[in-house]
Amino acid sequence: MSNIGIIARRELAGYFRTPSGYLIAAATLLVQGLLFNTRALGGTKLSSDVLIDFLRDSSGTTTVAAVLLTMRLFAEERQSGTLVLLFTSPVREGQIVVGKFLSAFVVLSLLIVASVYLPALIFVNGKVSLGHIAAGYLGLLLVGAATLSLGVLGSALARTQLMAGVLAAVFIFIFFLAWALAHVVEPPLRDVIAAFSLYEQHFFPFMRGLIQLSDIVYYCSLTYLALLASTRVIQSQRWQ
Amino acid sequence: MIVVDNVSKYYGAHRAVAELSFEIRQGECVGFLGLNGAGKSTTLRLLSCLLLPTSGRITVRGLDVVSSPHEIRKLIGYLPDTPPLYPEMTVSEYLDFAGRLRGLRGAQLSARKQRVVELCSLQQVERSPIGQLSHGYRQRVGIAQAIIHGPALLVLDEPIQGLDPVQIVEMRKMIGALRGEHTILLSTHILTEIEATCDRILMMHQGKIAAQGTEEELAARLRAHRSLVLEVHGAADALRAALAGVPEVRDARIEARGPEHLHAVLRVDDIAREKVSRAVVNAGLGLLAMHTESSGLEAVFLQLSQNAGRSLAPPQPAAPPAALGVQP
Repeated sequence: MSNIGIIARRELAGYFRTPSGYLIAAATLLVQGLLFNTRALGGTKLSSDVLIDFLRDSSGTTTVAAVLLTMRLFAEERQSGTLVLLFTSPVREGQIVVGKFLSAFVVLSLLIVASVYLPALIFVNGKVSLGHIAAGYLGLLLVGAATLSLGVLGSALARTQLMAGVLAAVFIFIFFLAWALAHVVEPPLRDVIAAFSLYEQHFFPFMRGLIQLSDIVYYCSLTYLALLASTRVIQSQRWQ
Repeated sequence: MIVVDNVSKYYGAHRAVAELSFEIRQGECVGFLGLNGAGKSTTLRLLSCLLLPTSGRITVRGLDVVSSPHEIRKLIGYLPDTPPLYPEMTVSEYLDFAGRLRGLRGAQLSARKQRVVELCSLQQVERSPIGQLSHGYRQRVGIAQAIIHGPALLVLDEPIQGLDPVQIVEMRKMIGALRGEHTILLSTHILTEIEATCDRILMMHQGKIAAQGTEEELAARLRAHRSLVLEVHGAADALRAALAGVPEVRDARIEARGPEHLHAVLRVDDIAREKVSRAVVNAGLGLLAMHTESSGLEAVFLQLSQNAGRSLAPPQPAAPPAALGVQP
């Protein structure tokens, strides 16, 4: 097993050994279910619109879950002093970061997949294509990966878990607000800023059942860059 | 095995250690002794690739700490002052994790694990979650973690801190059993706990190595720093002439404290009080008072050797505990 695998496995066990993992999963699924009911039962609607609403809500719950899942990753170990074990072992900083990210990604993916019974209800009772659902879920996984990586960065920087959560929320909010900023600036700059928008620009196509390469590239590069930044942060901390 | 060459570490303007130079040979067990804040932990962290030295050079087996930390980490087992334990894991899972991080796999891992469980007497708690263990057991799990990969160099930061006397005896036995297999560096602020375990003691004071050697060598070296203080009635020249006749007096600082009242501080090779007092009286001077005064460092040392099992307050420079009786 590689170093990444060793670290990811321990983190995964951490999620399932302590109540926190279950608590986050239960809360997310509960909120998702409640939101779905308010959307689906609200009068006559096209079933594809219900699916779009569901996916939009889910991108929000996924983001919140991502922040909650990642805030402990480094901050908790820093508080309890266990980071020293990783720092004094012959393990590269990148392996630590990726291992921790992967464990959170596995949990979040399980969580996203666990909500599939809701679109299944739309599929059975309405008229939506499986492709639309699949595209939406691919989008959710990509949003999840990007927000998780921003959460990892927050946790790498913060001293406490609370601080990690706040930092992650700030990072995500900046990318979220890129869309609002884009609406108030003039054209050439507008497109540049809009291109950074975490949801509006890149998730809405998935929501409508559209898979575009540019959106996939956006989420993958954001994830990569945030993890790279986290690696740099951990590298500098290893010598302090 | 380890060469530390003129190493300093500053935290901003605060000097943690300064101009450290020492060598540690393969298989040695060396204790770093000093008060809290003397720079012990900083030194050990520098050696474990956890801190960048501000200046100077540290090599472990010829590898530079700054340029090849990854290779050095493979050689080192490190126990920080609070053991890095995950409370939700069992001892067995934790040792598996620590072993795998250091590159052990399969049969090799289970063989090493079995060995360290025996060495650290953890058989009874192997399946217990670490969060439920007593302080003594946690400390032992911390050591087990540090030795699982059979590192050439074992670095233990305050391994005895917070243990009760029975546990201290066990810990001493354990460290004794590890000698020979590993080169061991450990730190403590209580001399009596390590004198039997260590081949050599490096005494640190204010970020520097103040003295080194065995316990007796340290005590002897520090005693040599004692000074003799005299209060004399008479003339300075007469006193200086009288003291010149005593070969043990190496250095004398004489100052006037009033008409005909002199205060003298002498550096003496041995406790030559009798000779000094005779010389002063024979020269027709009035010897008002005489006492020995220990250097600040000796006071610190005495405090370190007396404080077994107690928590340590900073030294009280105003009242040197080593001041011997006043002689008329």
